[in-house]
Amino acid sequence: MRQLWLIGAFAGAVALMPAFVTSGAALNLAIMTLYAALLGQAWNILGGFGGQFSFGHAVFFGTGAYAMAVLQSGFGLNAWLALPLALALGAAVGLLVGALSFRYGLKGSYFALVTLAFAEVFRILANTFQFTGAGVGIQIPLRDSAADMQFAGKPGFLYAALTLVTASLLVAWWLKRSRYGAWLQAVRDNEESAAALGVDVFRVKLGAIAISGALMSAGGAFYLQYFRYIDPHIAYGPAISVEALLAAIVGGMGTVFGPLLGAAALQLLGEATRGLLEQTPGANLIAYGVLLVVVVMFLPRGIMGLFEAKR
Amino acid sequence: MLEARHLSIRFGGLRAVQDVSLDVPQGQVSALIGPNGAGKSTLFGLISGFLRPDAGSVLLAGRDITGMAPHAVCRLGMTRTFQIVQPFAGQTVRENIAVGAHLHQADRARALADAEAVARRLGLDGELDKLASSLTIAGRKRLELARALATQPRLLLLDEVLAGLNPQEVAGMLPVIRGLRESGVTVFMIEHVMQAVMDLAEKVWVISQGELIAAGSPAQVTSDARVIEAYLGHGTAQRLALQGAAVIQGVTRA
Repeated sequence: MRQLWLIGAFAGAVALMPAFVTSGAALNLAIMTLYAALLGQAWNILGGFGGQFSFGHAVFFGTGAYAMAVLQSGFGLNAWLALPLALALGAAVGLLVGALSFRYGLKGSYFALVTLAFAEVFRILANTFQFTGAGVGIQIPLRDSAADMQFAGKPGFLYAALTLVTASLLVAWWLKRSRYGAWLQAVRDNEESAAALGVDVFRVKLGAIAISGALMSAGGAFYLQYFRYIDPHIAYGPAISVEALLAAIVGGMGTVFGPLLGAAALQLLGEATRGLLEQTPGANLIAYGVLLVVVVMFLPRGIMGLFEAKR
Repeated sequence: MLEARHLSIRFGGLRAVQDVSLDVPQGQVSALIGPNGAGKSTLFGLISGFLRPDAGSVLLAGRDITGMAPHAVCRLGMTRTFQIVQPFAGQTVRENIAVGAHLHQADRARALADAEAVARRLGLDGELDKLASSLTIAGRKRLELARALATQPRLLLLDEVLAGLNPQEVAGMLPVIRGLRESGVTVFMIEHVMQAVMDLAEKVWVISQGELIAAGSPAQVTSDARVIEAYLGHGTAQRLALQGAAVIQGVTRA
């Protein structure tokens, strides 16, 4: 219950932000933090709660982004109608990847490699097909109206991102207090034991990758609406996969608020390094790498581990 | 209750289990014994669905469950424990047991309450909020049993729940296992602690090098010449008979 209050308090605080903050840069930072938190939470559902470390979550992100782009520009569908289809497609790709890899018992680094391969295959396909705009990518027309999920100002996008992040937090909260969540964490900690206690390991993993895929494709859909442009490298490149896992690992895997904290830490660090080292493009990536090493070595349970040290 | 018919499996050139048939009677404690590497745990794996037999079949209460997945077998009322305890290390004792309780209880709060009841029954109620990884070996063995019990099985397969325990801890576990039978659970156990087998089991099967070599009451199998030889080497039975020392109960504690 306490966590539910925290989620509510967080959503309320962020919702009030536009009333006090008018700086576009500050709002943009908040939006990008929420967006990174969404990606991190998507990864966290499968990696943190389920113990299946994906290195190719871009496969779901890109699918969401391309689904939104193609449905809007190719089929003339309204963005609000396209969104549920994009989520469903993300879940479907999750089921496909999951069915193919979990069926054969792929775990650990093998699973990570397979997901990376899937993302690469999708990138090459998006680069080839005409309906995805091939190498040129897709630009969706500027409409600037909430009816098309393109908000005239930053606050609109902030609320959209906040809605998605709050939904993802609620999913994580539900996993902490439901039978399915207990099963998923049991599978993470020991598959054999879980199976001996009546847990259908394969189906539990499939469920997690479907939920994770849907959330990640929501991140892709948001990205498209915000930047209005997608190409194969942005959609399916490794950068997005790394961004997702980084937020979850830095913040604390298998926790409700870890990805949010991780995303905030990474965004602030990124801003700081960009500000301090203006002449060195990519310095923020070096900082991310250093932070990841430090967290893995000294804070295996992430930033959240600092709060739970008593256990 | 549980019937194995002509079960066989080989790993490459090793015939781990060969043509083993047995019939575990309902409502009793039965035991499977044998020297190290005899194929006991492999046989458990075959029965509980973790391994698929090359030949033979497994019947649970008359129903063919050969090749069925472990979780499905568990849902039919047969739950196993592991020789090497496998707790969900990052979770508390309560959460560990609740995973078992969730088999029949969808509600989280009720499953946690059920877990608490099972923990009390096994003397784990003082450790409910500890991490499973912080328990002693004896505690982990109890936890393994508690989790299995929380699934409300009709038949429990216990793979060496007493191994690694000191005599006091063994003495503490015996009433627990006896209590299982009294509550109507059929128990089939692999055990090396002969004192426990003699104490608890009504029927014993002996397996050596993958083959069933004897079956009967504990007293019958421990005086069986083939069993003595399986444990102590060829010719031992004859030598012991000459010495007039047929009692091997103490030495079979492998």
